[in-house]
Amino acid sequence: MLEDTRALHFFNRGPSSVARLVFFSILSLLLLFVDARYRYLESTRQIIAIIIYPLQRLTALPGELWRDTAEYVSLQSHLVAHNEQLRLQHDADAARLKQFEALLNENAQLRALLEVKQRVDYTVRGAHIVYLERDVFKRKLLVDIGEKAGALAGQAVVDNQGVVGQITRTFPWLSEVTLVTDKDNVVPVQVVRNGLRAAVFGSGNIGEMELRYQPVGVDIEVGDELVTSGLDGTYPAALPVAKVVRIERDPAYPFAQIVCVPLAGVDRHRTLLVVAAESSLPPRPQEEAAMDGPRGKRMVRRGAR
Amino acid sequence: MKYAISTDREFLLPASRRFIFASFIVAVLLEWLPWHGWALVVRPDFVALLLLYWCTHKPHRVGIGIAWVLGILVDVADASLFGQHALAYSVLAFGGLVLNRRVQMFNLREQSVHVFGLLLVSYAVYALVHWQVRGFVVWEYFVGSLTSALLWAPLTLLIQTLRRPRRNPNEL
Repeated sequence: MLEDTRALHFFNRGPSSVARLVFFSILSLLLLFVDARYRYLESTRQIIAIIIYPLQRLTALPGELWRDTAEYVSLQSHLVAHNEQLRLQHDADAARLKQFEALLNENAQLRALLEVKQRVDYTVRGAHIVYLERDVFKRKLLVDIGEKAGALAGQAVVDNQGVVGQITRTFPWLSEVTLVTDKDNVVPVQVVRNGLRAAVFGSGNIGEMELRYQPVGVDIEVGDELVTSGLDGTYPAALPVAKVVRIERDPAYPFAQIVCVPLAGVDRHRTLLVVAAESSLPPRPQEEAAMDGPRGKRMVRRGAR
Repeated sequence: MKYAISTDREFLLPASRRFIFASFIVAVLLEWLPWHGWALVVRPDFVALLLLYWCTHKPHRVGIGIAWVLGILVDVADASLFGQHALAYSVLAFGGLVLNRRVQMFNLREQSVHVFGLLLVSYAVYALVHWQVRGFVVWEYFVGSLTSALLWAPLTLLIQTLRRPRRNPNEL
């Protein structure tokens, strides 16, 4: 079998490689510009995503198989003990749930008396993580609930301990979740202890978040829990987000430096819950948005479109 | 050097279109394995490495166009911006084509050094685009170029072995 092994002749092979480089670079830059600025290419991206979806699932298969096998061969005694523990937990939870239901009724009644708007109900669905982050730059997850299953960009994603993130892009069978710890991702929160409202910012590091723009004398202590405030309608209210671990109050700076850790085990679970809240907030008046300044602008869901 | 890679014979080995295609599929699948945490940081860029291999060894077959298409595929899978990988891979393929004649003179270790330089440029292009669009750079990202360059020698040996025609069993 003979092979074409002549030296590279640019001239009998169409445009030279420099010309090709320039052409493809310009094409890439054009795509980059269009994608970053206008997001016109989502449908193209979806089509390619559908084509490569089977291959992607294929690559996730070895890991899944390994875990399934490990589960399958786990010891009987182990399972029995685990079952027993779960049953106890279930009984305890059931008792608390009864209390909770009573409280819920009472709360509904009181709210009706006060004529306060009802809190929104939300439905919760389980989702498996297909991939963990794909890129060092972006800590993102892909979960196996997609448009076909009713996922929408903007829905919150939680685990049993707190908020993991938010769906930012949906494909027919997959959804992309941006983590709360993603760089400059903002979550509107409230301090559980005193109801103080604040905004917690992702640091880009999986184990750290920052509470920015709080005055030095702010009433926040180490160990305070932060839950979503439900303002802005991005996240449903009262989901745990983070816990304060370090506060530096340096009078030289206008703001205190408050470091938190996310409560959700972003890197510990295989299954997550997608919370679909019926957002019933009225649209935000224009003037108010302008008065909020830069922070108000940043609170708008990043990436949700 | 012990390796006789630099002799022209290795560069004359045949490579069918199907083989090249299959090798790219394998590289893309490797890249899509669920890497995370530290494994993700040190993950070599298999697609870039293979692209460089074919650009230096079979420049007639694999060029900037194929690099660009592969980049777009990786962009979709990685959920990065459209054209981010495509641009980086195009630059890489161009580097491979330019280096094509020179790399044949070198042994594997010298090749690895050159490959490291090319990968560094391509990684820098990717990081630069990210920095322009998002405003920050994750420096650990560049660790990947080092691990990829370290993988150059094993990868070259592996593919050379696969490309070598099977010896006739009736011989000897």
